[in-house]
Amino acid sequence: MVNMEKVKMQKLKSTEELNAYRKSLNKAKDPNKVRIAICNSTGCNAFGGEGVRAAFEQAVEAQGLKKKVEVLKTGCHGFCERGPIAVILPREIFYQKVAIEDVDEIISSTILKGEIIDRLLYEDPGTGKKVIHEHEVPFYAKQKRMVFKDNNRIDPTRIDHYIERGGYSGLSKMLTSMSPGQVIEEVKKSGLRGRGGGGFPAGLKWDFCRKAEDSPKYLICNADEGDPGAFMDRSLLEGNPHLVLEGMIIAAYAIGSKSGYVYVRTEYPLAVKHIRIAIEQAKEKGFLGDNILGTDFSFHLKIKEGAGAFVCGEETALIASIEGKRGMPRPRPPFPAVSGLWGKPSNINNVETFANISYIILNGGENYAKIGTEKSKGTKIFALTGRINNTGLVEVPMGTTLREVIFGIGGGIPKGRKFKAVQMGGPSGGCIPESLLDTPVDYDAITATGAIMGSGGMVVMDETTCMVDVARFFLKFTQAESCGKCTFCRLGTKRMLEILEGICEGKGKPEDIETLEKLSEFIKDGSLCGLGQTAPNPVLTTLKYFRDEYEAHIIDKHCPAKSCRPLIAFTVIKDLCKGCGLCAKVCPVGAPKGKKKEPFSIDQDICIKCGQCLAKCKFDAIRIHRRAPVTTLI
Amino acid sequence: MSALKQEQLERLAVIIENYRGKEGNLIPVLQEAQGIFNYLPEKALSAIGKELRIPLSKIYGVVTFYAQFYLSPRGEHTIKVCRGTACHVKGANEVLLAIENITGLIDGQTSDDLKFTLETVACLGACALAPLMMIDDDYFGQITQEKAKTILGQYGES
Repeated sequence: MVNMEKVKMQKLKSTEELNAYRKSLNKAKDPNKVRIAICNSTGCNAFGGEGVRAAFEQAVEAQGLKKKVEVLKTGCHGFCERGPIAVILPREIFYQKVAIEDVDEIISSTILKGEIIDRLLYEDPGTGKKVIHEHEVPFYAKQKRMVFKDNNRIDPTRIDHYIERGGYSGLSKMLTSMSPGQVIEEVKKSGLRGRGGGGFPAGLKWDFCRKAEDSPKYLICNADEGDPGAFMDRSLLEGNPHLVLEGMIIAAYAIGSKSGYVYVRTEYPLAVKHIRIAIEQAKEKGFLGDNILGTDFSFHLKIKEGAGAFVCGEETALIASIEGKRGMPRPRPPFPAVSGLWGKPSNINNVETFANISYIILNGGENYAKIGTEKSKGTKIFALTGRINNTGLVEVPMGTTLREVIFGIGGGIPKGRKFKAVQMGGPSGGCIPESLLDTPVDYDAITATGAIMGSGGMVVMDETTCMVDVARFFLKFTQAESCGKCTFCRLGTKRMLEILEGICEGKGKPEDIETLEKLSEFIKDGSLCGLGQTAPNPVLTTLKYFRDEYEAHIIDKHCPAKSCRPLIAFTVIKDLCKGCGLCAKVCPVGAPKGKKKEPFSIDQDICIKCGQCLAKCKFDAIRIHRRAPVTTLI
Repeated sequence: MSALKQEQLERLAVIIENYRGKEGNLIPVLQEAQGIFNYLPEKALSAIGKELRIPLSKIYGVVTFYAQFYLSPRGEHTIKVCRGTACHVKGANEVLLAIENITGLIDGQTSDDLKFTLETVACLGACALAPLMMIDDDYFGQITQEKAKTILGQYGES
């Protein structure tokens, strides 16, 4: 008989002890207990998720239901659009947009009487039908959740929840039956490629580091998720930090490392908190530290918080930052596998890459390789955002088409507008047009379009998005984030940005397009790291697929998406205006002028084109027009 | 500028002591020092340099490289407007414009009464809530120009 209390406090010293501990946890679990899984990650919290959870806890306590009902504070469920989300287990009743006011009713009706509350259910916009169960919601039904499997079922601050569901069994299997060489072999067989953007085979990378002769060796987790529009790493660290830790510990064993770092963005306070708790708990249980699970393998892990620099996502810059220096990249070779942190062999992988490892060890590389396409294996998590109905995080097998992700899972474009492009790969990526929507999610197929897989951001754009403005937006980002080391990146991006700003202001010249193309070539060739080498991609892909928009801006001084402020004007349609004066009330500069009950007009000289009047007008009387070209006298 | 308090300098001394002799200590020391002063005053930087034997020029290089470090005092509340791709596509520019109009500040500025600092950030990683802003540690999702006004009002800005 295992003494639970005693085991709870103790280090687990062998696989047998871990198995017995897991068994005891599952035995102690009451299968009839109702569990309310509430998302308390950054997304749902911004909608008040924390308050809803607290209200549930209070109500359960007040009504003396603690023995029957457990409130589970989970990580991200993925369907951020519908937050705060609460799933009632084991029935998997899916309630969305839950407010504090709904809590008492959920307890009295659903939990005590088993009744479904219709208004909290998700309505499928396709069929108009209400969906009761989580797995029937189309957003989830079409995904394959492998890495994200437990994110919505466990409390990330409780290691027991992870262990209960089989956590750390990949690690124990490895420690009892595999040599480091075998681990690398399995990861190679799996075909797993780096999820941070580069797509380099993980097994090969580990092998390089293992074979490096110097010691000690360092293992680093790159959690400096910097691509605007990507937040899967944040959700994994917040929602299932032990999954990432387990992958790291396995990798450390494989390459022969005794110490490592998690380099995490300081902009992610909750992720930092959860990974910190996870490290402490893993140490207590004997998964980290000296003599892991009673073997002679030891691994120590520290957290390094970034200080806000996008370029630190690049390996060599990240290493410089851990060393306490300016995070500037250096030429490679030597690669970090040979000479990395403090000049020692180092291996760096992204959060999501590590999160795939325990599955590979448990199920074997060959089984993992059955998922996906020929050269891209496994699943990939995407952050679906922008002009799309179902924003959130989705996990699909490699090979799924972009169309399926955006329309099948993402539910298409809101307000009946037309899809224009999907931006993939952040500032290093590009915009993929509608004609290429049947491209499968696959490193090489995406690269062929001119974009890149990147870390998995998918920002959807509709007809109201100006593609020249999108290119300008990314150049502004890379220009600001360029560390300044390479001349072409430092100055080239600045020149490109100036040209793009000019085009958006209606000051474009016919030769601008050619200049942009030339500069792109120079910057790609003349930059040391990925930031510079890929910085022109957003411009090149928009030029390739949306050249007509550039030409409209340059030649006709017209923004087809009616988005570039200097090229548009807000005007009042006299026949529709009722003279209510709301526009004048919301306008921050007092541009709408007129008398009540008579048609208003907008003073173009002072209008700042913020669009508040348009949003406020109840009579659809305000429209955006192209602004007559300003004639300058020279 | 008000003089640094003795108590703050004592806390700084403790931090420096904790990191003395440790590899890669500069950035964590700066982060914790900023936690005390809410920015990095010159006097604190000199003390760090002297004690940890790091040239002030190198410290200045690191401080100015990372977006998180500040060389001048910050407002009581920091308003961060996200300008990530998703936010941009969903109208972050208009939100920023409204906030600039309400506060009279532009990106990177602190109000004279040290009440607010306005800054834009590359991505807050909560893109599903776009457009998004943060005031101190609180997130505000799906912001409109009007909503921004109401929220700022709650922090005493009208």
